[in-house]
Formats: sequence, structure tokens, C-alpha cells
Amino acid sequence: MSSNTVLEVENLSVDITVPAGTLHAVTDLSLTVDKGETLCIVGESGCGKSITSLAIMNLLPGKATKTANKLSLEGTDLLSISEKEFANLRGDRIGMIFQDPMTSLNPVFRIGDQLEEVYIEHGKGGRKEARERAEFLLEKVGIVAPRERLSQYPHQLSGGLRQRMMIAMTLMCDPTLIIADEPTTALDVTMQAQTLNLLRSLQKEFNAGLILITHDLGVVARMADRVMVMYAGRAVETGTAVEVFDQPNHPYTQGLINCIPVPGRNEPGSKLGSIRGIVPALVGDLDGCMFRNRCDFVSDDCRGGDIELKEISPGRAYRCLLNPEESARNLTAESAA
Amino acid sequence: MVKFLIHRLYISVLVAITVSVIAFALLRLSGDLAAELAGEDASEEEITVVAKQYGLDRPMYIQYFDWAGNALQGDLGRSLFTNEPVAEMIFERIGVTLKLAFYSIVIGLVMAIPLGVLAAVKPNTWIDRMSLGLAVFGQAIPNFFFALLLILVFGVQLRWLPISGNDTLAHFIMPAFTLGMGVMPQFMRLTRTGMLDVLGSDFIRTARAKGLNPMRVLFKHALRNAILPIVSLMAVVLGFLLGGTVILESIFALNGVGFLAFESITRQDFPVVQSIVFLLSLAYIILTLLSDLINAQLDPRIRLG
Repeated sequence: MSSNTVLEVENLSVDITVPAGTLHAVTDLSLTVDKGETLCIVGESGCGKSITSLAIMNLLPGKATKTANKLSLEGTDLLSISEKEFANLRGDRIGMIFQDPMTSLNPVFRIGDQLEEVYIEHGKGGRKEARERAEFLLEKVGIVAPRERLSQYPHQLSGGLRQRMMIAMTLMCDPTLIIADEPTTALDVTMQAQTLNLLRSLQKEFNAGLILITHDLGVVARMADRVMVMYAGRAVETGTAVEVFDQPNHPYTQGLINCIPVPGRNEPGSKLGSIRGIVPALVGDLDGCMFRNRCDFVSDDCRGGDIELKEISPGRAYRCLLNPEESARNLTAESAA
Repeated sequence: MVKFLIHRLYISVLVAITVSVIAFALLRLSGDLAAELAGEDASEEEITVVAKQYGLDRPMYIQYFDWAGNALQGDLGRSLFTNEPVAEMIFERIGVTLKLAFYSIVIGLVMAIPLGVLAAVKPNTWIDRMSLGLAVFGQAIPNFFFALLLILVFGVQLRWLPISGNDTLAHFIMPAFTLGMGVMPQFMRLTRTGMLDVLGSDFIRTARAKGLNPMRVLFKHALRNAILPIVSLMAVVLGFLLGGTVILESIFALNGVGFLAFESITRQDFPVVQSIVFLLSLAYIILTLLSDLINAQLDPRIRLG
């Protein structure tokens, strides 16, 4: 690991006890995030991307258990510390931004109280310093008249403003890692772009690592330094944004990219791309490739055994039995079709 | 906030007027008051005399304005039975009733809120089931029976507590505990439901993600949101406690308003009954107004929305 590494996760698995048995929400997931770097975790609903973030934050619901070989934040071993020590890290060294800004702020407290609370609780300073820090950050997130905004309540602000408040709140203690779970999904399109730009520039300015969770490949293209595509609780493809978009190796990634309508490629009135079938249930013993029932290139070998994440260059890997040449051929065939 | 206050006050006054009309009319619609006052064997002439004496022969709206006009000046008429001013009779006794209601609701809340919070934090565990059991017990056991049990154990057997009268604080322990036990279940269930609801919300997840102390998350961020319906229920329960303690006041010989109402009904002392009904309704209205104001103070969405 380089000295720049903020977060290291090795072989993270999360199991959830459900009435039908054990649900393997996340299986054998490894990732790293560097300072100032953006890792996008992309996948569809239920692929385990949010659970991954909650596992890193130690905020999993009671019915979920996590195991990992390594979980470390700037050298702090997150697996060996108590929940109390973990709580001291949350909001301080790891900040989290949630999906719905309309419900993520407490309706009965002033915005200012909610921002300053993090600062004071983590012993960064008193009420006065907290207020100054809050005003400073509100200016940073582009809010005019921060003083007035701080004395308002969440319901008096629009969704876009609230999400900026959430971003400011996350930055109160100058975290080294920011996890943003679908931060723009609940916003309208113009606000989405603004919020993403803001997040990106602030993350660079504060030199924090950013894990951005999304289902939107457009967001990935705009934001990501590196990408991890998740399917059924596993990483199925990792690489830099350029690599993954230019040369997707996993049939699932290829399918996802193929679903994006592109002016010129998609004739007006023609059907958009889709991936047939549905996500498999993750309860019980899981074997073979999770994508096999939806894959156009499935073979008998895909039905059993452990399919490993194949590393083709440092940081570039995919979980498929096809070799890179085969998948590249499939890609050209598919886009020609 | 001022606009909100004026609006609520305006509604409260309208409701108070409506209630006074109803309280006044109900009593007169329940039968011929003059005939009842004159007695079973009274002749037509005697009834007419009685009606004239008490002004019952006048049109009803005149009687109402007469009564309401006096009431506004603090004159609620005189008791037909003792000839004392009604206002004085009630004023002498209201202290006991207020004390009992206050102690009862405090005892109820002190039991209900911690239990409700605990039950919500650990749903479907033994502590949740235990508090549910206690709630069922409190709701199912009749007040008078529970009071008699307490008297038997703590008054008669152990001789720890006085069983009748209202002279000292000790006299209020058993009646207040009985009533507190009776009102506890609704508060506890409401706390539990409210907290369960709030604890699942996004802003609680945010509070946890901020690394706040769990107690701060629970009692500041969660309870502040869950307490709103409890404040509203408090107004209703206090109103009930002010008027609905007749049986307990009789059992423990507490000389309160409930006991007076009970006596006056049996004696057909209509000025007293009418005044008590009206004053209790007024208390309900004021309590509701207060709970609305407290809720507005607690929830900016009501105040500013």
C-alpha cells in the first residue's frame, strides 16, 4: 500500500439473517481508496453497494454480520476497535452523505445546530469555532447568506440546498474519507450536475478519498477515477474509468454500457438496450457465476465452482471465465448487432 | 408564531362558546328542571312557582345569556342544595383534583417513557414483552379494583400509607399511582410506536453516521420527534383525569371536583353540575391549546410551515 492510501478493504463479506436463511449481501469484496481519489461503486439495486458502505461505517443493521481480512483507515485497524471508538471516527475521519436530503436532516433542529453538533461532539472546538467553521463551509458549498441559512430549519430549504448542507456537514471535521451513497438520485437533473461538480471540487480541495455509490453510469463517467462494478454482492469488474468504459470485459458491464442510449448509435424509435432476466436471490449456498442466467456467453463451466476475480493488470480485474480477447470480440459483435 | 397563536386562540374561544351552549342546553333537555326540583308530588301551580323562582319560565336563550353574563364575571350561581356560591364550592375542591391529576400523569409518564423507549430500542425482546405485559395489566385492571388492592396491601396489611383524606402528600400516593397505572399504557405504546418509527428514519442514520453518542441520538434526535403525539395525548389524558376521577375520589375520600360532581348529580343540583361540565370542557380546551403551543415550539414545521 502507498502512503496515500486512505481506505483498504480486503475480502469483506456481509451476511444477513433472513427468515429463509442466510442472505449473502456482499461476498469477498476488496477495494482501496487513495487520498483525493474517487472510486465509483456502480451496480443495480440490491447488488450490495449500500451494504458495503454501511459495513465500512460499522452501521450495519443488527441482523447483518460482517467478516473481512482487513479493514483499515489510514493505518487504523477498523476490525479491532470497539463500536465506541468507531463512533469517534464516524463524522470525524469518515463522513457520509446519504441519498435523500429531504429526510436525512432532522426536521426539528436548526441546520446550524446539526452542523455544529458534529464539530463539538468530536472535540474540535467550542460553539463559537463550530459556528465559524459552519459558516466557512456553507460558503464553500456555494450558499449565499450562510448566517441566515444556519438558523433555518430543514423544511425551509429546497432539496438541492439540503444536499449542500449535508456535504458541508460531512466536511465539518475535515474527513479523510467521504462516502456518498447515491447523493444525487433524489435531486432533479440540473441540481445533480451542480452537486456532483461541487462534491468533486471540494473532495480535491480537502484531499479526501471519495467512495461514490451510484447506479448511474453517467455519474460514473463524470466523477470516477476508478470504477468497481458490483453484481449480486461481488465485484465483477474493476479498473480506471477509461479502461472500464473503453474496454469492458465482463458481460454484465458490457450490458450496462450497452443500455445507455447514445445519439447516433440508437436510431430514433428503436428499442433501447436491456439485460434480460432478473437478479438472482442471494439466499443459501451460492455457486458459480451469479450472472450466468442473464449472460449471452454462458457455458457449462459457469454453473459451478468458484469464479475468481482475474487481475489483468494492477487494479484492473474482472470476474468471468472468458479471456479478454473473447470478451472484446463479444463486445464488437454486440454493438454491431 | 404570533399568527399561529392568534389563530389557535380564536378557535379556542369559538369552541368554548359552543361548549357552554351545549352544556347549558343538555341539562335543560334532560327533563323539566322545575318539575324535578319541585318534587314528585308537586302540583302544576307548585312547579310554576319553582320555575318562576329560578327563572326557568323565561325563554331558553335569555336564561343562557343571563347565565353566561354572570359566568363571565365569575358568578356561577348558587347551589340549590347548600346555597353556597358554586364558584366557591368548585374553587375549594379544584386543588385536590388538580394535584391528583398532576401526580397521576407524572407517575404515568415516568413509567411510560423510559419503558416505551427501551421497548423500541430492543423490539421483540424480553424487555419489550415485559412492558407490553405491564401495559395490558394497566389497561385491563379496573381502577377501583386496583385501588382496593393497594388499600388492602399498603393501607391495611402493611399500614404504610393513609387510605382516606387529602391532607398530606402521602394521601395522594395510592390514588395517583392507581390513576398513573391506568394512563401509563397509552403513553407507553405511543412512545414505543413513535420511537420505532423515528429510529428507522434517515435522519437517525445520519446522526449515527455523524458519530454522535448513542444516548444523544436516542434522547435528543429521536425522542424530540417521537414526543409530539405524546404531548397531544397528555392534554386529553389530563382532561380525563380532571373529570374522570369520581370513583377514585370516592374510594379514597378525596374531596375533589369529581366527588362534588357525583354528589350534585344525585342531588339534582343543576347549577353545580352545569358549571362543572362547563369548567371541565374549558379545561380541555385550554389543555389542547397548550399542547398545540408546546408542539409548535417543539416542531418548527407546525410553527413556520
